[in-house]
Amino acid sequence: MDFRLGERSDAFRAEVREFLDEALTDEVRDTIHRTGVHHNWDFHRAVVDKGWLAPGWPVEDGGQGRDPMEMIALSEEFQKAAAPTYGVGTTLMVANVVRHIGTEEQKRRFVAPALRGEIIMVLGFTEPECGSDVAAAQTRAVRDGDEWIINGSKMFTTNAQEADYAFMLTRTNPDVAKHKGLTTFIVPLRQEGVEIRPVYTLSGERTNLTFYNEVRVDDSMRIGEVDGGWDVMTLILTFERTGAQGGWSAALLEAMERWAMGAGGAAVPAEDPVVRSRLGRAAAEIEVARLLARRCAWMQAAGKLPGVEGSMAKLFASEAVTRQAGDMVDLLGPDGIRSQGDPTAPAGGAADYAFRFALGTTTYGGTSEIQRGVIAQRGLGLPRPR
Amino acid sequence: MDLNLSEEQQQLVDTFASLYAKESTGERVRAVEATGFDPALWERLVETGVLEMAVDEASGGWGATLLDLSLVAEQHGRHLGSAPLIETQVAARLLARAAGGPALALLERALAGTELVTFALHQPSDGVLRLVPAGAVADTVVFFDDGRLLSAESRGAATAVANLGALPVADVALGAPTELAAGALAAESYQSAVDDWLALMAGALTGLARRAVEIGVDYVKERHAFGVLIGSFQAVAHGLADAATAVDGAELLSREAAWSAGEEAGRFRELAALAFGFSTDTARSSSYASLHYHGGYGFMMEYDIQLYYRRAKAWPAQFGEPATAFARAEGRRLGMEVR
Repeated sequence: MDFRLGERSDAFRAEVREFLDEALTDEVRDTIHRTGVHHNWDFHRAVVDKGWLAPGWPVEDGGQGRDPMEMIALSEEFQKAAAPTYGVGTTLMVANVVRHIGTEEQKRRFVAPALRGEIIMVLGFTEPECGSDVAAAQTRAVRDGDEWIINGSKMFTTNAQEADYAFMLTRTNPDVAKHKGLTTFIVPLRQEGVEIRPVYTLSGERTNLTFYNEVRVDDSMRIGEVDGGWDVMTLILTFERTGAQGGWSAALLEAMERWAMGAGGAAVPAEDPVVRSRLGRAAAEIEVARLLARRCAWMQAAGKLPGVEGSMAKLFASEAVTRQAGDMVDLLGPDGIRSQGDPTAPAGGAADYAFRFALGTTTYGGTSEIQRGVIAQRGLGLPRPR
Repeated sequence: MDLNLSEEQQQLVDTFASLYAKESTGERVRAVEATGFDPALWERLVETGVLEMAVDEASGGWGATLLDLSLVAEQHGRHLGSAPLIETQVAARLLARAAGGPALALLERALAGTELVTFALHQPSDGVLRLVPAGAVADTVVFFDDGRLLSAESRGAATAVANLGALPVADVALGAPTELAAGALAAESYQSAVDDWLALMAGALTGLARRAVEIGVDYVKERHAFGVLIGSFQAVAHGLADAATAVDGAELLSREAAWSAGEEAGRFRELAALAFGFSTDTARSSSYASLHYHGGYGFMMEYDIQLYYRRAKAWPAQFGEPATAFARAEGRRLGMEVR
């Protein structure tokens, strides 16, 4: 056994840290905090300049051919630094789909400009009436000659206001089983009939509710087969579940440890064993979250596809950060409710921010209940619920 | 990164898995609950070399790594071994570290099998070492007191204590102890022994927890209620999914902790205590879940799950509660001198 990620991974991590120290300026952080927008064009272009939008792709596809152990290091550092990567992440996910199953024209049109940092793409799966049950999408796409006409709405279309395109799951056949009547399109967002309405969330992040009214897209914007949308979604799921875990918790713990050592004044809270034990419990959970995620990277490096293991990593880390954030607010006593951004907030407001932010993590990318179902049925072989 | 066991490690695991499967069945575990000690199992373990494994060649052993010992401890936990595996291995490693005439002489007797030497996790109070692991069956106990590493006779001085986990623990009244080491060497080697014990107990609790989850999963795949298998209820399935996730995490962390002893020594002291705390929480919550999904049967002595549930509470309690271990780990993370 060897728990080291390896020299190449360590060297890349050092490079990533250096980059983040430079690129994540106070100005960028202030803008993110003020606007709630977790996309920043300056940062995005800096990432692109490094070639780190898709560093894990093969060189011939525009990547750097980095291995999964390098990629997990990048992912861990970006997550811990709270880098504004939502735009980077969704753009890459869509580009990756196109890279795998798109036409040559689609690759030229979407993949190349994405890698150059010229466009960003967002996800349009969830709807006001369906979240975890993503195959229940009701947004309609109806064929009209060489075009499709789209009507409906999408929820949590984060960064739509910054983006060029949304990757949308639509219903093209309402008369068959729900998984069999879906089709995916890349829909230009800057056009007549698209309405973007901001939605503000608990953590201060801005997302959107987007409406599509008689929106026309050319058939050349269709990804995959007509009514073959579920196959595309299945492909996307194989890209997910392999990122870092525990990074947000690690950032919270570091801030709390500075507080515990007396960064806020003369007292050293860590002299109290109760304080140490609560920080120590978080440290254990963070190490576990990190190991569960690294196990997935290790499996990938060995050519295996983490399924149940990915669900375990996501479930554990998101539930853990939610627990920890609540406990850290409590640990600060009454001062714990002083908000991030207020100059009097202890630990730089990290606990308050984590308390708000954490809840999102147990939902997006598949709720904790979805993950538990995967683990129970595919991992433990338990029967499906009736 | 490589999370696979080496070929040698896999052989080691296979060897001990079959030894425990034969010599530590549910019947055997129950049969010795009054004393917590199965002499036949212990004899087989000693024959197989569990003590020689624990110390390096220079001290008369085989020099297995702490990770190797932890893999054996996983099997011990999985099969609820009624034998003083961890405390005797820790005592042997401690004696080798302490060096010096009396310590090495005692180590020699321990390896020869003429004396069963155990290790006390806590310092004495009022001349009594309380709840010494394996104190009821040991000949000699090694302990730390007032800056000195000492040994004392346990045989004849021990009062066995009936307890939750059917452990052979005892309160040992101290006679005239022998000094083994003093000063920094004594303190340092004692703290290292506590860390070894925490890391190995983490391995044992991980094995215990994994088996407890398997027992629960098997049960809910057979038991019907309301016309369906109870494993199809999300209230049951999701609890087991959480338990299985925690067990995977505990296994990774306890193996990493044991691995770090030889490969990343700067993190060992922190990781050993973190692994102990997390494995303790995991063994307790997963054996609770598994027992509870047995319904009333889980409460019956006849079902094995209660054996796991009681030990999940009692084994780690010999050190203390998880919070104590987490505080110990955090002290090390923060560079504070915490005892």
